Amino acid sequence: MNLWNKLMCYSRRHSPWLFHMNSGSCNGCDIELVASLTPRYDAEQLGVRLEGSPRHADILCITGPVTHNAVNAIHTVYDQVLGPKAVVAIGSCPATTNVFIDSRTLDGPLNKHIPVDVFVPGCPPRPDAIIQGVAKAAEILAARGNNPPATEIVIAETPAEVQP
Amino acid sequence: MNLTTALARLLIFPGLLFAVPAAWFFLWVERKAVALMQGRVGPPFMQPFFDFIKLLGKSTPPRSGVGGLLMRAWPLIAVSAAAGAVGLLPVLPSSGGFEGDLILLLALLELPSMCIIAAGFSSRSIFGEIGSAREAVLSVAYNVVFLLAIVSIAASQHTFRLESLAALPASPMRWLGVLALLVCLPAKLHLNPFSLPNAEQEIYSGPMVEYAGPELAMWELSHGLEWVAATGLVATLAAPYITIWWLAALVFVGLMFAIVLALSTLASATARLAIDTTVRFYWQCTLIFAVLAVSSALFMRLRS
Repeated sequence: MNLWNKLMCYSRRHSPWLFHMNSGSCNGCDIELVASLTPRYDAEQLGVRLEGSPRHADILCITGPVTHNAVNAIHTVYDQVLGPKAVVAIGSCPATTNVFIDSRTLDGPLNKHIPVDVFVPGCPPRPDAIIQGVAKAAEILAARGNNPPATEIVIAETPAEVQP
Repeated sequence: MNLTTALARLLIFPGLLFAVPAAWFFLWVERKAVALMQGRVGPPFMQPFFDFIKLLGKSTPPRSGVGGLLMRAWPLIAVSAAAGAVGLLPVLPSSGGFEGDLILLLALLELPSMCIIAAGFSSRSIFGEIGSAREAVLSVAYNVVFLLAIVSIAASQHTFRLESLAALPASPMRWLGVLALLVCLPAKLHLNPFSLPNAEQEIYSGPMVEYAGPELAMWELSHGLEWVAATGLVATLAAPYITIWWLAALVFVGLMFAIVLALSTLASATARLAIDTTVRFYWQCTLIFAVLAVSSALFMRLRS
């Protein structure tokens, strides 16, 4: 059983499948996320796959400062990703709402709504920073496993920040 | 074929013990070939294995009622059908088989795509239903050619038994049939020019959209086993007959690998076609080809 757990942990670290969600982003971070899968950066070497359905994903990548309209969608998609799961907030917007701070159309930052595991700061972050963030999230995912139920994940007190 | 050899073929070679690692290997070859064609490094060798294990460890959404039960059942039926199809392949000389096992093999090869259609409809997702409808149309389009190719091969060589087909020397008619089978393989395996049912970009992988965790792992496995069974069928028909068993197995695996490589390269070099173009391709171009093959096979049979 121990061997099986080790294998599962190793597999989780080596096969992070992403679901990309835009919560009102300017599209800057979105193209950087896609750029991290291109030949120059090639995140597939780490087993990363960008999935179309949140049901298939392990890691939820959210960009954007969380508009009022996006809040329900974020909750729905977060619930559709099945455990064990991790959340990566890509860019400065989901972390702090960035230059849109105090806007009346926003309901951010992201960790007001769902627990975030890794923040990748930058406006937009570089693709290598995104890949590092995803790799870190995969490690967190593997270490955490199924132990705490997905609904009770506490927000990390010092979120693992990734510098580009 | 008695029960022991049947079980050994189903479970060991060319059955599950061989077919599951081979399925993972072919899935890796598919992804690696696409990556290399795009100038990337691509996934590591063990990637499909890691994906499979990881998916086994994920939870599944709660499903209730008969619909939920059916949704859980489809991937299992697909995997067992594909594994059974692999088990029927006559890789080793004098491995048994029975009259008409080619027909059973075709039925088992068809079952996974039936399961995909049913799975999409029972998921009740709009993307799943579109995917299933596309899969149904596609399977009507390519199956005519696929079955006619098989019938022409069997008719020209007077047998529906895989073992005897593998033993008989290949006739020109057989090569024509093998060519027709190769034309159908991308559609059967949902590869790129004909990857409509599981289009990742437009309908979020279609019938699979609601599947997660171990069920998705079973779908991945059944896709891999379909790779093994379909390429194995072509390899059986195309391989020369060799009595030394290890050489026969080696040639068989080598041929399969070559077909997988060729199909993956084709998949990465082409873009997805629309459904009307796909159906027109199969009905107009290859149907003529397949009808030609069947009629000449029947003619040859009448003459001999």
